Amino acid sequence: MSLVDVRNVWKRYPGKTVLENVRLEVDEHEFVTIVGASGCGKTTFLRMLLGEVEPCQGVIEIAGERLVPEPRADRGVVFQRYSVFPHLTVLGNVLLGLEFADSRVLGRTFGRRRRLAVDRAEAMLDRVGLLSSASNYPSQLSGGMQQRLALAQTLITEPSILLLDEPFGALDPGIRTDMHSLVRELHRELGLTVFMITHDISEGFSLGSRLLVFDKPRLDPHEPDLYGATITFDLPVGNRPDLDSVVENLNVT
Amino acid sequence: MRLLNRRPGNIGVVASAATPFVLALVVYVAASGVRLAENPDDKLLPSLVTVGEAIERVALTPDRRTGDYILWTDTAASLKRLFIGVGLAAAVGLAVGVPNGLLPWFGAFFSPWVRAMSMIPPLAILPILFIVFGIGELAKVMLIVLGTAPFLMRDIEQRVRELPREQLVKAQTLDGTTWQITLRVVLPQVLPRLVDGVRLSLGSAWLFLIAAEAIASTDGLGYRIFLVRRYLSMDVILPYVVWITLLAFLLDFALRRVNRRCFPWYGV
Repeated sequence: MSLVDVRNVWKRYPGKTVLENVRLEVDEHEFVTIVGASGCGKTTFLRMLLGEVEPCQGVIEIAGERLVPEPRADRGVVFQRYSVFPHLTVLGNVLLGLEFADSRVLGRTFGRRRRLAVDRAEAMLDRVGLLSSASNYPSQLSGGMQQRLALAQTLITEPSILLLDEPFGALDPGIRTDMHSLVRELHRELGLTVFMITHDISEGFSLGSRLLVFDKPRLDPHEPDLYGATITFDLPVGNRPDLDSVVENLNVT
Repeated sequence: MRLLNRRPGNIGVVASAATPFVLALVVYVAASGVRLAENPDDKLLPSLVTVGEAIERVALTPDRRTGDYILWTDTAASLKRLFIGVGLAAAVGLAVGVPNGLLPWFGAFFSPWVRAMSMIPPLAILPILFIVFGIGELAKVMLIVLGTAPFLMRDIEQRVRELPREQLVKAQTLDGTTWQITLRVVLPQVLPRLVDGVRLSLGSAWLFLIAAEAIASTDGLGYRIFLVRRYLSMDVILPYVVWITLLAFLLDFALRRVNRRCFPWYGV
């Protein structure tokens, strides 16, 4: 059984069809990259997986259970902007998920449990290379560091699915390459299933194990909003675990 | 060089800022001198010496009847009303504004109501306040609350709505409950904006305070001004106005410092 099962999903707004008849099955540990023209419903699709937008028609199942239209802890998310909390320090941002889980009433932990949480958060910050900035506020970080922080903050609660909405769209090319290797490593180490929207086709090909192209199969030139977009291409690409293991075997011998 | 690119230096900034104040003082002294030369008993523009004597009388000598230092008892009474009124208004603003902005159902009930109520001119219902709450402290404080709370409620509601959608979604993916998200994500980000809102509403809070004191009170800065108006005592009114202005300025300054000190991440 696949982890994510999208069956005949439609999304219509008054006078506009955004998505039509989207069908998709994604297995665990896949790295799905999503490309498509702007305004073709990529983000709407991601927000559906997130639970923020409800499909008008069709079913989304995750691990065999119908998706509740509300963001939940099994799906982490990093947006292009506004993913971190400006009023918390870097450490505070990463701690937040642990504190939510630990204290239902105050949303804050104290004493020994806090020290344990801080240890975990610091290990995660170390992993993404932000430990030296732990006491800074996000506004003092560069764009790339903020996105690293957003990743650390999301991954501390161990989601099984990671949703990325153009997370590196606003970054410089050099920093983007660093982020690619970080995401690739995290994907492998933590056994995540990743959905990533990108407007950079080469990023889509090199980073993912599977590339989805969203486009409108039908277009009425007099009424461009009449028909919606769907997945027109579904390609196995670059970063496949089977290929990686082949490469690793080659390196060993 | 274009005018829009010319800037005053350090000394220039201080000198430019001081000039209108000095000029106003000079004009006053000159005008007062002219009037007093014509009629030594003129009360409209008292000389600085007369004003100084009046200040000494109200601030440094105990009142002959009560033994109080009038300026200080007036200041204490007024500030107490102002602080209680604005404090209550801020608490109400937060308690209504945050759920109004955050919870769709709550907002559906109360948001239109708040918007409608905020259109009532508070001074128009001052008589109702005196009828309902009597002419004691409560009516005066209530006028300040009713005058400033609607603005704060609407302001906070707006600030909550302005929080990026992404933040609230993110907090939910971290498994935060509505209550936890309110406590750890929304409230801390709204507090410095509340302080800013209070700074803006202090102007109208002073207005309502002085209006209430002018009508029914036995002490307070507004009461004193309206009391001595009967004797045309400009020598007392003028320093009182300057003193109120100074207090308002200091309050605003203090709140700005509070924001910078307590919320270093804010407005960076």
